[in-house]
Amino acid sequence: MTLLTAVKVKHYFGGLCAVSDFNLQLHYGDLMGIIGPNGAGKTTIFNLITGVYRASEGSIRLRNTELVGKTPHQITALRVGRTFQNIRLFRDLSVLDNVRIAHYAQADYSPLEALLHIGRYRREEQRIIENSQRLLAIFKLEHLAGETAKNLPYGLQRRLEIARALAIGPELLLLDEPAAGMNPNEIDLLMEFIQWIRTEFKLTILLIEHQMKLVMGICERITVLDFGETLVEGPPEVIQNHPKVLEAYLGEGPVG
Amino acid sequence: MSALLRSGWEWFIAQRWLMMVFLIIGFVLAFAIPEYNLLNKYVQLVMMYVGINIILTVSLNLVNGYMGEFSLAHAGFMAVGAYTAALLTQKVLPIAAHPWLFPLAVLMGGLVAAVLGLIVAVPSFKVRGDYLAIITLAFLMIVKSVIENIDYIGGPRGIPGIKKLTTLPWVFFWVVVTVWVVRNFVYSKYGRGVLSIREDEIASDLMSVNTRRVKFMAFMVSSFFAGIAGGLFAHLLQFISPRVFDIIKTTDVLIMVYLGGIASIGGSILGATAYTVLLELLRPSTVAAMLAWLPAMVFDPLNEYVISHLGVWRMVIMPLLLVLVMLYWPRGIMGLREFRWFVPKRDMEAHHCLNKPTGGSHDAADGR
Ligand SMILES: Nc1ncnc2c1ncn2[C@@H]1O[C@H](COP(=O)(O)OP(=O)(O)O)[C@@H](O)[C@H]1O
Ligand SMILES: [Mg+2]
Repeated sequence: MTLLTAVKVKHYFGGLCAVSDFNLQLHYGDLMGIIGPNGAGKTTIFNLITGVYRASEGSIRLRNTELVGKTPHQITALRVGRTFQNIRLFRDLSVLDNVRIAHYAQADYSPLEALLHIGRYRREEQRIIENSQRLLAIFKLEHLAGETAKNLPYGLQRRLEIARALAIGPELLLLDEPAAGMNPNEIDLLMEFIQWIRTEFKLTILLIEHQMKLVMGICERITVLDFGETLVEGPPEVIQNHPKVLEAYLGEGPVG
Repeated sequence: MSALLRSGWEWFIAQRWLMMVFLIIGFVLAFAIPEYNLLNKYVQLVMMYVGINIILTVSLNLVNGYMGEFSLAHAGFMAVGAYTAALLTQKVLPIAAHPWLFPLAVLMGGLVAAVLGLIVAVPSFKVRGDYLAIITLAFLMIVKSVIENIDYIGGPRGIPGIKKLTTLPWVFFWVVVTVWVVRNFVYSKYGRGVLSIREDEIASDLMSVNTRRVKFMAFMVSSFFAGIAGGLFAHLLQFISPRVFDIIKTTDVLIMVYLGGIASIGGSILGATAYTVLLELLRPSTVAAMLAWLPAMVFDPLNEYVISHLGVWRMVIMPLLLVLVMLYWPRGIMGLREFRWFVPKRDMEAHHCLNKPTGGSHDAADGR
């Protein structure tokens, strides 16, 4: 069963063509990687999927819904969660509130109930707190619930960002360079962790990563992007030795 | 000794039920003070101004503090509320026979202001920061010139002879309603949405927050209570004109917001109270009375050159004060912190901060 399909997606920033011909098919439960040199358009693709930018051409479909033209919160409410290459937490808010905010679409109460704290408000708020605490506990952050997000060390901020993305209740999770700034030990842990949340939360994962160890280690399929174009797609063994890939990465060091 | 004081204070702020007690005492006093003249008329008047300013400050804090925009339109919403309520009590409602219709007039003022708040919210979808500030300033100027050009409501001369219907109990009532509703709003998914927009609007949208709806609501609630304050103000001052609601009025409220601290209801209450009392103390007549003990040799020139011109200096000093507070004291008295009694128990416990030795806070549980 296909979860996400991107067909001939194109995107221009003014005159610059950041994504020229992107194609992708993602099945339920897939763990797919996107690699490519800096500026290849990987982050832009995430922004197109999540509605931050509107694709200039082409189509992106989630299940049977066209995503092009939808706003980010509409797309997110379709159970698409994401993290960011440069951490984008709500820095001045508490760890708990960071996770609680991501429950916005699920919180089932009206403005009037919110203004008067009546009706479904209490039950829903209680449920949101419990779910947030459950997520924080999974990420071993529960004792930091009241801490301001910006006071967390870098590694914990990365973790909190994933916890917040999971609070959406996603079926599709987009991870933008989750291993950035991590040492080899931490990357090993992260690899295990991604595998674990994948089964635990029944996720389909699309991840962008420069760390070949991680990509080759856990992704079942890999898409290589160069100058906004899908270069090749296939399992890690094929990608690793593909001449086109080696060429694209020339000057960036060997792959793997 | 200080440890004892501290633990006493800790005990005190843990007793949330005391808030109800204070509320009841407040209502009793609000009725008793004017009834039995427990305080002189002037002090009563100042108390009512304090209350109106609390309503203005708490409501503006929603947009300028919690949401992090810089709206200058507040005096405009206040004007709309004031004119609507005054027209209703002067020309429409049979208020002489039925004085209890007064709250209805005030409520209508708030509702009309809220509708205009929706209109100001629309440009906030597209622009932020300085640009939005300019748009809200334009709104303020439009409101003023529209009022000036409608003869039916007195044009530039305004409406004189408004009945004095604002009383201490009514002011107290509306203050309680404002604080309660704004606090409820802040501690809901919409309020957290407002906070997240201040932090990072795109990330907020990507975390499923319907940012447009949240902005609509914030502007509506904010302008609604500005309108309420306007209605109360009109029926206290008994005279309104477009000049009353100019940029200086907005500046006053801005100072109270930033002095008290952004994103804090408790801070707004403190900021509004401190600033209103300070302004009263700095009136030429008050200052002259306070310094009358000085020898005439000193007092007379002082009075002639400084004190009697305080009204003019105000136009210089107040904007300067706003700049200084924003530059050097961006957190104000309790920016980003909150009175514990205002934080719902559920939120407090979830943040594990019931036993922390600091004032509670809605977002960061540690009170820095
Ligand atoms: N908001 C933007 N405005 C203009 N150009 C952009 C913008 N975002 C990205 N780009 C450009 O698009 C290209 C792809 O960027 P990006 O998707 O961030 O690359 P990657 O994530 O693969 O490193 C780059 O040339 C970048 O400079
Ligand atoms: Mg990138």
